[in-house]
Amino acid sequence: MSNGTVAATAAHPVHRDPIGAKTGMWLFLFTELLLFGGLFVIYAVYRNMHGESFHHAAAELNVAMGVTNTVVLLTSSLTMVLAVSALQRGRTGRALGMLGATMVASVTFMVIKFFEWSAKYHHQIFPGQDHLREMPHGEDLFFNLYFMMTGLHGIHVVIGLIVMIVVFFKIKGGGVNAERPETLEFTGLYWHLVDLVWIFLLPLFYLTA
Amino acid sequence: MHDTTAIAVHADPDRHVLPDGLMVLVWVALLILTALTVGASVWFPGRVGITAAVIITPIKAALILMYFMHLKYEKPVFRWMFLTAAVILAVIMGLTLFDYTYR
Repeated sequence: MSNGTVAATAAHPVHRDPIGAKTGMWLFLFTELLLFGGLFVIYAVYRNMHGESFHHAAAELNVAMGVTNTVVLLTSSLTMVLAVSALQRGRTGRALGMLGATMVASVTFMVIKFFEWSAKYHHQIFPGQDHLREMPHGEDLFFNLYFMMTGLHGIHVVIGLIVMIVVFFKIKGGGVNAERPETLEFTGLYWHLVDLVWIFLLPLFYLTA
Repeated sequence: MHDTTAIAVHADPDRHVLPDGLMVLVWVALLILTALTVGASVWFPGRVGITAAVIITPIKAALILMYFMHLKYEKPVFRWMFLTAAVILAVIMGLTLFDYTYR
């Protein structure tokens, strides 16, 4: 940026390139998109081959829990945007509060996911368990994909939570502020991507009936 | 405190602070669309439910991308970049399904 070079000669000789950084963040998000995209391709193929089994297997999933988690994630996306704009306006306290609410939502999401996964575990529908292995081919594919995709998504939620904790303390320490809010903005982008993936997981697994 | 005028020169000239009210509206829209998808699949399982999901889910995704992820307010190049990634994914998906259907 031409502006950047002018300012680099001023009191702070640190070169900053927010647009370049944003481009890098989006490129990373595209790799994430293709990572999940590969699994969506596998889902599409198996669903094409075993439509009937997918229909039966999907009926086993708890729609109420899936929908509750959707609401939790959508709300956490809202609190995340509100945290970003609060920080951009210089309202640090509000930004910390909103970021805290987003962290609470991410924990809520994982707790609900824990109960869902454990229920499946007790019904012997868990990768490696005999009952799953003896299911009609197609149904076992559905459940293995379900655990693979929601599991990978869950890992992303946990990583998001860890990043949010780090950013929370960076905002508190003043390193991330109204003049340089990129770290929080990019955390937000990542968090919305996690939400975006879940938006597709809900109909593919819970609403297939 | 830092010399804010010097730092302001560094800042992203495209920075656009999103209004809170608009974000709450987008959130309400996302919840309504979710309710519609779930309602359609629970009360009209089968063709109607699946059609609703196929139509509504991309709209929800677009709302998140455009508003929450700020794409609407970025330089056009960011939207083109996203479109490129999405088209690549669609092509992979399409060709794979084509292969499995007609092999």
